[in-house]
Amino acid sequence: MAENKVPVLETKKLGINFGGLKAVSDFNIQIYEGELRGLIGPNGAGKTTVFNMLTGVYEPTEGTVLLNGVPLNGKKTHQFVAAGIARTFQNIRLFGQMSVIENVKVAFTKDVKYNLLDASLRTKKFWKAEREMTDKAMELLSIFGLEDAADLPASSLPYGRQRKLEIARALATDMKVLLLDEPAAGMNPTETAELLECINTIRNRFGIAILLIEHDMSLVMNVCERIKVIDYGITIADGLPEEIASNPRVIAAYLGE
Amino acid sequence: MSTFIQTVIVGLRLGSVYALIALGYTMVYGIIRLINFAHGDFIMVGGYTIIFTVPLVLALGLPAWAAVLAAIAVCALVGMGTEIIAYRPVRKKGTNMSALITAIAMSLFLENLAQAIPAIGPNPKVANQIFAAGGFKIGSVTFEYTTVITIVISAVIMIVLYMFTQKTRLGRAMRCVSEDKSAATLMGINVNHTIILTFAIGSALAAVAALMYMAQYPRIYTTLGSDLGIKAFVSAVLGGIGIIPGAVLGGFVVGLFESFTTSYISSSLADAVVFLILIVVLLLKPAGIMGKNVGEKV
Amino acid sequence: MKNNKTARGYLVNTLVIAAAFILFQMLTGIFGGEGDFKLVLVPSLWQCCYLILLAASLNLVLGFLGQLSLGHCGFMAIGAYTAALISLACERAGVFTDKAGLVYILIIFGCIIAAGLLAAVTGLLVGIPALRLKGDYLAIITLGFGMIIVNVINNLPFCGQDGLSQGSAAASLYKTGLGFGSKAKVTYLWIALVVTIVCLTLMFMFVRSKYGRAIRAIKDDEIAASASGINVSSYKVLTFTYSAFFAGVAGALYACANSSLSTSSFAFTNAGILNSTFVVVMVVLGGMGSLTGSIVAAVIMFFVNYQIANGSWVAALPPLINGIFKYPMLVYAVVLVIVIIFRPRGIFGTYEFSLVRLPEDIKKARARRAAAKAERKEAASHG
Repeated sequence: MAENKVPVLETKKLGINFGGLKAVSDFNIQIYEGELRGLIGPNGAGKTTVFNMLTGVYEPTEGTVLLNGVPLNGKKTHQFVAAGIARTFQNIRLFGQMSVIENVKVAFTKDVKYNLLDASLRTKKFWKAEREMTDKAMELLSIFGLEDAADLPASSLPYGRQRKLEIARALATDMKVLLLDEPAAGMNPTETAELLECINTIRNRFGIAILLIEHDMSLVMNVCERIKVIDYGITIADGLPEEIASNPRVIAAYLGE
Repeated sequence: MSTFIQTVIVGLRLGSVYALIALGYTMVYGIIRLINFAHGDFIMVGGYTIIFTVPLVLALGLPAWAAVLAAIAVCALVGMGTEIIAYRPVRKKGTNMSALITAIAMSLFLENLAQAIPAIGPNPKVANQIFAAGGFKIGSVTFEYTTVITIVISAVIMIVLYMFTQKTRLGRAMRCVSEDKSAATLMGINVNHTIILTFAIGSALAAVAALMYMAQYPRIYTTLGSDLGIKAFVSAVLGGIGIIPGAVLGGFVVGLFESFTTSYISSSLADAVVFLILIVVLLLKPAGIMGKNVGEKV
Repeated sequence: MKNNKTARGYLVNTLVIAAAFILFQMLTGIFGGEGDFKLVLVPSLWQCCYLILLAASLNLVLGFLGQLSLGHCGFMAIGAYTAALISLACERAGVFTDKAGLVYILIIFGCIIAAGLLAAVTGLLVGIPALRLKGDYLAIITLGFGMIIVNVINNLPFCGQDGLSQGSAAASLYKTGLGFGSKAKVTYLWIALVVTIVCLTLMFMFVRSKYGRAIRAIKDDEIAASASGINVSSYKVLTFTYSAFFAGVAGALYACANSSLSTSSFAFTNAGILNSTFVVVMVVLGGMGSLTGSIVAAVIMFFVNYQIANGSWVAALPPLINGIFKYPMLVYAVVLVIVIIFRPRGIFGTYEFSLVRLPEDIKKARARRAAAKAERKEAASHG
């Protein structure tokens, strides 16, 4: 059955060179709706580089990224987002000086229909759009238990809540694929467990595809349906968690053999 | 033809002055990633120092250009002072933008301070003759002594500076700090001392540039620094800011363009043309002619 | 409930502004033609109006968008020359003959709008290439564009040579066109006030909408903004253009308030106080990201400048201090460095004054102070 479906996100022979150095090459992945994939690999394996290519931050030197079968070559980051790929960052990138709710509202901007004239004259359209935005933002915040912090500056949140806010912001872009770059980095076990729950909730609720980069092997093994392992920019394994756990090449890469 | 060669020579002379000043911008930028807007005003400080010390130097029986030594000392002090008093505290706390605004503030401060000092005042001052007048002819082209001396001295200084940064311990420390401050600290380099040294050298170059400028145009005023400085930092950016050979290249490009615009189009358009070149270069190659594009790490 | 509060806020603001305006018109009616009101207060208000617009419009780019633009006065110059030239053309074409009547008022408004539009178009043309660069490079390139604009105006036959900067031709331009005398300044003060209030309102509306949110996000983190679906470059260009529009309007008011135009007034730096650097100083001191701050800073700095230039107490000071006061920029430069070191976001930071919120703000400030005091006490008792 899966053969007939078009993958939400697909890459074909994706690769990038930095000044002659092949950072990632021949990266192929297919992610279907509602799927949760893991991308793992040792430090410097090129995981974040893959994310950067999947979101238009870096332009790949070869290959294509397809969303629902539509190639996204040469598009800019905001166009990737508009097409339906959203991400979080390894080192959290919130709008620190803005309030929590504003952080989420920013991500609605591209879908807000009023124009400069509406804003200047404060037309009905403006008020309606702003009201809807506030409601939707509060709804998203409540999924992550952030509604009590809505008016605080984002930078004042503790680390774990900042991570959640970043995911909430990514969800607000109304995406089809969510890329999470080490969401559990720097979290304690309780926070990680909470996060897991969140990820599961949003997957069930929004029916989206998720690609997850993670260092925390236990987290990846627990939640991901399939896992892809890369090392030195090359895919060395792709399969079910248990297959990966027993794959000699993966073990070798992680132990530095 | 002789007009053409004459124009080239004027361009080279202007270019060598710009290059000297641009070196100051580039060295400071290389080490603390700040466009030191006040650098242009160091030239003005150097210029006035020369004006005030020339009579003294002549009284001692030395040639007029020896006044540049005093100017070098004063400029170096002013440069180091600016770094310690204004830039360092801001760098510790603020963002890039606040550092840039501080630099603009320091420039305003020096310019207006000069005007407020009664001995200087807002009116232009005329300097003594620095080098012997006259020149020699090759064919129909006149070479003024001043021009030749300017070009030669600038060239020598640039080579010495380049050797300094490549071969000496201090020069290597400077390059280290500009690459990575925390790594430099770990290697036992005193970052603050190195930055101060950079300011001192850059400002000293401004003093030499002041001498070169005054040898040709013996008239200085308090906003001279802004006028010269803007063109010099255009040179630095054009060549690729933070790169020493880039500053030299940029200086000559700007000098030649200015000279050609002045003699073939109109002197009142020279500034506009210089900026137009800058804009075109920056749009084609955002980090300057010799610069490398470095993207932000995500 | 929240919406009622917002609506009430708008109502209160509108009423207060309208009442203040009417009160001011009545005062003008009473004291209008006479003495200090005519010769000091009214010209001062004209100057304050364009300084406020300049500072507030630059704040959109510098404070909200977080991009240092050093050529803001270039757009003002375009506005000023556009307004002056249009009024000159109308006068020569015989559209109006004296400074009165509806036609004349319409022409003034026409000049102001045209000035804003042409400046905005220039802003768009400058912004598209310039805003591809960031930080230091953007600062230099905008400085360059500012200089080029001034340079081009100087070289236009109908601007530089034939006129607007030269005394003799200026006389013919300003006979009945723009460039109000002290009497006309009183008569048409309402225009300056209305234009300023409208423009400020538009700017407030801009920053308190999706546009304001988007550009503040860009200031905080460009990469995160684009990853949130914001088209960074188009929002940058839009803001730059919008800001240039108001700078152009400020230029038109400047053309109204001055009897001659000279491009040197619009340079990056000059001996006077009106230049791009001064505008940056106003914005930074007032607060990057606070329109309130820009307004307050513009008024205060105008007042300080005025006092330094005209105050009788200045002459009584010892000569050394008096000498320094001749160069107010010297003082501002020092103040600027001190503010940046100790209050990097400017005096007002991102605070915006609001009539409705005022009691709340005061309460909050008190609570904060009390908390700080308690903390200090706590620390002292432990220490």
